[in-house]
Amino acid sequence: MSYLAEGTPLPEPNMDDASFWENCARRRLAFQACGNCGTLRHPPTPVCHHCRSTAVVWRQAPSRGRVYSYTVVHHAAHDAVRPSVPYVVAVIAFPDFGPVRLISNIIGDPKAVQVDMPVELVWDKVSETMFLPRFKPV
Amino acid sequence: MTDNARKACIVGVGESEYTRWGGIADRSQFQVACEAILAAISDAGLSPADIDGFTSYSNDANDANLLQVALGVPELRFAGMVWGGGGGGSCGAVSLATAAVESGQARTVVAFRALCQGQTRRFGRASKGRTHENFVNPFGLFSPPLMLALLVRRHMHLYGTTEEHLAEVAISTRANANRNPRAVMHKRPLTREIYFAARMIAEPLRLYDCCLESDGACAVIVTSRERARDLKQRPVEILAAAHGSGPGWGSGPLGSHNMPDDDYASTNSRRLAGDLFARAGVTPDDIDVAQIYDHFSGMVLMALEDYGFCGRGESGPFVAGGNVRWPNGKLPLNTAGGNLSEAYIHGFNHVAEGVRQIRGESTSQVADAELCLVSGGLGVAPTSGLILGRAS
Repeated sequence: MSYLAEGTPLPEPNMDDASFWENCARRRLAFQACGNCGTLRHPPTPVCHHCRSTAVVWRQAPSRGRVYSYTVVHHAAHDAVRPSVPYVVAVIAFPDFGPVRLISNIIGDPKAVQVDMPVELVWDKVSETMFLPRFKPV
Repeated sequence: MTDNARKACIVGVGESEYTRWGGIADRSQFQVACEAILAAISDAGLSPADIDGFTSYSNDANDANLLQVALGVPELRFAGMVWGGGGGGSCGAVSLATAAVESGQARTVVAFRALCQGQTRRFGRASKGRTHENFVNPFGLFSPPLMLALLVRRHMHLYGTTEEHLAEVAISTRANANRNPRAVMHKRPLTREIYFAARMIAEPLRLYDCCLESDGACAVIVTSRERARDLKQRPVEILAAAHGSGPGWGSGPLGSHNMPDDDYASTNSRRLAGDLFARAGVTPDDIDVAQIYDHFSGMVLMALEDYGFCGRGESGPFVAGGNVRWPNGKLPLNTAGGNLSEAYIHGFNHVAEGVRQIRGESTSQVADAELCLVSGGLGVAPTSGLILGRAS
């Protein structure tokens, strides 16, 4: 069973972000970086905001991050997540990696979640072909 | 420097009735838009033949070209829309109208917003087409209260802001709505007990920390000081109007939360506020009353900091000290009841209330109000702001 109930929208990859999701399908969390100057960026976008190059490389993120902020969601704004509330949405930062943040979830007791808490990547199977990066307390 | 005769003023304000979402079912959203605009034109003592421009924001569905047809506007000279959602362009629509009038591209422009969420979609529900939605929806981050709860939590972590501080914003705003017969929550007092007993939406935001979902429309008329002289109402001067964004905020709270670390627990208004006060030639201390976009109580706190009414991280104690209460606070806030308790007309009702304060017509009138700050939607990109004042 995945963290959010079946029917929760899945990524629908587009020309700008397809590589991110191809990596996820292979259980690899990688962020886009500039192929010229190396500046990391997220979400994926066609041009480097630092040197304006369109060259791209993908850099694998560390498996550990920190909770930058979080909310415990009690209101099911989408019908699919009615069985899933309360659930935790968190902003995950990777302080030793770079200034990119990922929206994700913290698996486990919502009451245990705190800002700055260290968390570890886990892969959550959401379809036959797709895994999503979620996190659990270290 | 704009020459004096061409300086932009607001000379009319009008609106439809405001209801809960789904409350206007007897006529179309487009008709409601037309009615609010006609009310503003009439308030100004003008006729639709005098109008030559329309501005709006957030992809307002009531197109200028169709308004021209419906209202019988003989010649359209300016039609502009501020990009971006989340109400960020509310004051931006007025800044477009100001640009049109002061540059001479148009003479008399209607700035407006009309939305009937019962006829279109509820903003509090999940929807397709959100910014960077692949990085948001699959993780259950479906709607603005959830998205902005993340900023409020970070603000609490950094500065010790509390739920009591959030409650003060919601409760003081409701007290203003209770004096305003137009307000959806006019007859619904909000006590501390009711506030804390309400259900949690997305921690730390409870039900009454979140704005209403509404049906309604409002509009203002912008023209030059020279034309304003002959009109019915005492003109309200637009001392400064601005819309804009800091770096990275397009991937901000309504997207994947990748704005700069230094800015995260803020409203994306700090830079814009500096421009606005400098161009108006006034300081935050000079402002008598403020209408600050209150989609969520906690964002109002951060805006008080970004606009310089208190120091960074000090907004909680600032509101706890009674400073935003009408009538005796240092800065009475959202005097018609705001998005939280008057109606969610995407913040354009804040512009209308700003005009009323300067005209002396508010139901929570601040005595001798000469300067009013109005903010657009907060934490989005672009955001916007206005400083309104009595015409000299």
